[in-house]
Amino acid sequence: MISGAEIMVKCLQEEGVRVVFGYPGAVICPFFDELYRTDIKAVLVRQEQNAAHSASGYARALSCVGVCVATSGPGALNLITGIATAYMDSIPLVCITGQVKSDVLGRDVFQEADITGACESFVKHSYLVKNTADLPRVFKEAFHIASTGRPGPVLIDVPVDIQQGVVEEFVYPDKVNIIGYKPSVHGHPMQVKKAIEMIKDSKRPIICAGGGVLTSGAKPKLREFSQITKIPVISTMMGIGVMPSDDPLYVGMIGSHGVKAANTAMHNADLIILCGARVGDRAVASPDQVVERANVIHIDIDPAEIGKNMKTTVPIVGDMKNVLGQMLKEIDYTAPEEWAEQIKKWKEQFAAVPQSFEGYVEPKSFIAKLSTMLKPKAVMAADVGQNQIWCANNYRIRDGRFLTSGGMGTMGYSVPAAVGAKLARPSRDVVAVCGDGAFQMSMNELATIAQENLNIKIIVMRNTVLGMVHELQDVHYGSRYAITELDTIPDFVALAKAYGIDSALASSNEEAEEYAKIMLKSDKPFVLVCNIHPKTSSR
Amino acid sequence: MKYTLSVLVENHPGVLSKVSGLFSRRAFNIDSLAVGITEDPDISRITIVADGDEYVIEQLEKQLNKVIPVIKVRTYKEGEYISRELSLIKVSCPSKQRLDIMKISELMGARIVDVSVNTMTLQFADTLEAFETLIDLLKPYGIREIVRTGTVAIEKDSAVSRK
Repeated sequence: MISGAEIMVKCLQEEGVRVVFGYPGAVICPFFDELYRTDIKAVLVRQEQNAAHSASGYARALSCVGVCVATSGPGALNLITGIATAYMDSIPLVCITGQVKSDVLGRDVFQEADITGACESFVKHSYLVKNTADLPRVFKEAFHIASTGRPGPVLIDVPVDIQQGVVEEFVYPDKVNIIGYKPSVHGHPMQVKKAIEMIKDSKRPIICAGGGVLTSGAKPKLREFSQITKIPVISTMMGIGVMPSDDPLYVGMIGSHGVKAANTAMHNADLIILCGARVGDRAVASPDQVVERANVIHIDIDPAEIGKNMKTTVPIVGDMKNVLGQMLKEIDYTAPEEWAEQIKKWKEQFAAVPQSFEGYVEPKSFIAKLSTMLKPKAVMAADVGQNQIWCANNYRIRDGRFLTSGGMGTMGYSVPAAVGAKLARPSRDVVAVCGDGAFQMSMNELATIAQENLNIKIIVMRNTVLGMVHELQDVHYGSRYAITELDTIPDFVALAKAYGIDSALASSNEEAEEYAKIMLKSDKPFVLVCNIHPKTSSR
Repeated sequence: MKYTLSVLVENHPGVLSKVSGLFSRRAFNIDSLAVGITEDPDISRITIVADGDEYVIEQLEKQLNKVIPVIKVRTYKEGEYISRELSLIKVSCPSKQRLDIMKISELMGARIVDVSVNTMTLQFADTLEAFETLIDLLKPYGIREIVRTGTVAIEKDSAVSRK
């Protein structure tokens, strides 16, 4: 005989799960009790939202499914923002929640919340398990759905009596069979052929790479494709890292907060090859204008993304890695040199010169400097707000990862995401960059970092305002700073030290770089607080 | 323009809310939605009549296809399908008007399913257009209540074989 809780743990073992992020509660106790007896590591976060963010950081750093676990009611509800954040950025998660006993479901008992109902619009799929015997199939399907096609979070809600229930034996299914779910992975040969013809006829082609390239593991293929064809690459925020920042073929990030050269290149191209990018409004503000001048080849695993935001000339549904592989076999094209020259000119012409303030750290040049101090495969987690834009446009990525909440723009993402990334990749440099606003949303995770002794470096950009909105208020609201001034900021250095974490405060780039050296030499966590002038702009 | 979509889904609890929720959260307008089990007890069919342009319907189809328990989505083209709606119509009917309403009912092919001192209830299963005609004819007598199932549709084999 075997209990539901034991089955759940065995399913995780079958799926090769090594770490889960969670927070306990009465109705998830049977599961955690079984987990306790195995070698799967359970990391206690300090608020459930961070369990989902940490699982997301873990999943992205290791290209696997991240797992987070919470109890019913408030525990599950706290997960929601994390789940929705993962959904917007197509991160594979399996989120397990405890639920009240199945025979009292719907009676509003203590800590009952309809979590499958509440999460309906931002999970890829969800289950409310009604039979212990269903658990193996449900888990098998959940991991399959989360990680295949366009990845995303899957929720499994398990009432406590289902965890306690027993069945004869545990058999993990070999295969999944969901009749309505068979994502196509190979591009249709006719469409690929059409795309190749279209590339051949183009004079100013550009590749616009999104997060789908990284999710699919198509980074090497994309780099190869660009090298062979000499087609320049622009990226969305989610696509940062598809090319090394210093590659001559890479132009930069597009969008309202992107670099001007990249936007200019997109608006002057005669062919845009969208690769795993969903053309979000922050990336392309006026897609209708763009398609007036250019043909569009859109490659995506999710057919619903093709044609949703931008009219497409040649749609190709399929996995990025496969489709690029198919195209590489047939492509015989080199982009005209004049186009490359033109882009090079734009890059030089529009290069931003950061404005520095005496007695403060200039964040853009510091981020650029910091990039050179990190190992090539470092993981950089950027939060949301001005700090995110500073990182997106100035972090010189090589072969590592850039993690941020792109679609949802969830403040407080970077620190828990870094926790997940470090547990996934202990040997890599892991840095979180956040503002003083976002840091105060997730600084409780310093306890998790201290407890797990995770060698994470946190850079807090302390400008004493909620910078992004503050800047918006300067432009659109007559500089009326409605609730954007952080008047009471705790002494972050003292705070970090209260958790037993080393910390320092820098007020110039020289100081920041000195401390960064010390920080990176140490094998312990470190919080580097940088004083930033509140008028430092995001651009 | 009106479109009729036929959606085959796995017959699990919660599937209907996954499908119907999609409409509200993606701001699609639906005129009617009808659901019932098919010849296979594990599969249900949801028939949706929706309003929108080509872009909306294409998006709708694609988003429906993303719902995991959705097996197949088809948008029927004009002339390709037969559609019917069942409605129950309660009409004010003092005894002196009974004959009139019985005549209308007979003319339109409705069935009288309940009669009381002051009312008569008709059952009507036909197309949307026929329903509207019937309502126009009954209006002068005073309609008390209408209950409609929403349209269901099935593919026309005859049309397909003629092609």
